Amino acid sequence: MIEIKDIHKSFEDKEVLKGISSTFENGKTSLIIGQSGSGKTVLMKCIVGLFEPTEGDVLYDGRSFMSMTKRERALLRREMGMIFQSAALFDSMSVLENVMFPLDMFSSDSYKERRRRAEFCLDRVNLNGAGDKFPGEISGGMQKRVAIARAIALKPRYLFCDEPNSGLDPKTSLVIDDLIHELTVEYNTTTIINTHDMNSVMGIGEHILYIYEGNPEWTGTKEEVVSSNNERLNNFIFASDLFRKVKEAELEREKAEGII
Amino acid sequence: MIIHKFLTHFGRYLQLMGRTFSRPERMRMFFKQYVKEMAQLGVDSIGIVLLISFFIGAVICIQIKLNIQSAWMPLWVSGYVTREIMLLEFSSSIMCLILSGKVGSNIASEIGTMRTTQQIDALEIMGVNPASYLILPKVLGLITIMPLLVIFSTVSGIIGAYATAYIGHIITATDLTSGMQHDFTAWFFWMGVIKSLFFAFIISSVSSYYGYSVEGGSVEVGKASTNAVVSCSMLILFSDLFLTQLLS
Repeated sequence: MIEIKDIHKSFEDKEVLKGISSTFENGKTSLIIGQSGSGKTVLMKCIVGLFEPTEGDVLYDGRSFMSMTKRERALLRREMGMIFQSAALFDSMSVLENVMFPLDMFSSDSYKERRRRAEFCLDRVNLNGAGDKFPGEISGGMQKRVAIARAIALKPRYLFCDEPNSGLDPKTSLVIDDLIHELTVEYNTTTIINTHDMNSVMGIGEHILYIYEGNPEWTGTKEEVVSSNNERLNNFIFASDLFRKVKEAELEREKAEGII
Repeated sequence: MIIHKFLTHFGRYLQLMGRTFSRPERMRMFFKQYVKEMAQLGVDSIGIVLLISFFIGAVICIQIKLNIQSAWMPLWVSGYVTREIMLLEFSSSIMCLILSGKVGSNIASEIGTMRTTQQIDALEIMGVNPASYLILPKVLGLITIMPLLVIFSTVSGIIGAYATAYIGHIITATDLTSGMQHDFTAWFFWMGVIKSLFFAFIISSVSSYYGYSVEGGSVEVGKASTNAVVSCSMLILFSDLFLTQLLS
């Protein structure tokens, strides 16, 4: 479980995060949503320690990240896996080497065992046979899957995904979402996904934190999104005609069934 | 303003070097990278070092023979001057200046691209010290291989000088050999090697600093690459001045 407490972050005079608190439970996919420039990425970078918050704390299963020494932070990071927006695969390494990298760095297993684990992770993301290829030779969706395989190689307790669907077609996005959700349940990880993809919100949003201009505007689940009266949230989520119609249909159905 | 900017960069550079010279997380991975960097930065540069040195050695010999040598000078002057120039300045300082263009831009653009594509962030999230993992093997790799490049350069320059004797027939091989052997001071060879170690450190660390501090996209990577080459060249020239005085 990850708990963030009153996170503030300023860059010179500009305050980007204005006191965000939330709890992200393990075994669930938690989504941080918000418009571009609302502070989602900054919040995620504060959580993983790439940015130091101006105020506030992040607790990893009760362990305060801010009070940790450099060594303790490095050790904690071995329990984290992260999928970046750009996949961030190492260009000079093959797909298999990329997945083996965290194992080579931190695992005391033999080469055979490390290789077997990397191949298992690639197999888990349906990329068996692509191990010898280089990141430049595979598609964006495959790169994201390699990034997922690399992130789970060390069986992380915490999984972070920064806009994992960015630049992908809707079908591939669904595959990636499902994969992240399955792995969250399988490894019982605390998963935090940074996204503005509404398909992800409706598909795997077990816990949603909506940020508006650096403030925590709304918290709930995907089921609660539909019936929410928060105007800013509705303007954001149901900005497109398609989603507005889906919401209307859903509300009508709920009315007809006597739920609301 | 310029002094403030310089001090800011210098402070950040020292901080980065502090992180770079820390114990690698996994020595096996460090040695793998170290060997890879020696090959990429050093072995891949052997061709250009041999080629440039060969022609410069030949040209120095021709210039001295045709334009400087006169009736009152001993016949060994051309060989002697060629050897001294190659040993004292060309193979160490000028060759490093040339390599700062090739190797420096390579390092800055490689690390800069890793920064813009979040590969450095990925390393950090994994709990790897990116400075130590990426920069330390480059610095130590180039420092290891640079003296060898200096030796190759000197030898290639001397072969170039002999080519003017055997192919161009501008000087006799006997005169050239007597010049090459005249009043040889072994310290001059070591001076070149010692200078090259400093230059290797400058090229690898300064270029890494520029690459590591890239913020933005491909334009910034290009700028970092150019700045790295300019800064390395300036620093090599300045330090050459001090090192030559110090070691002579």
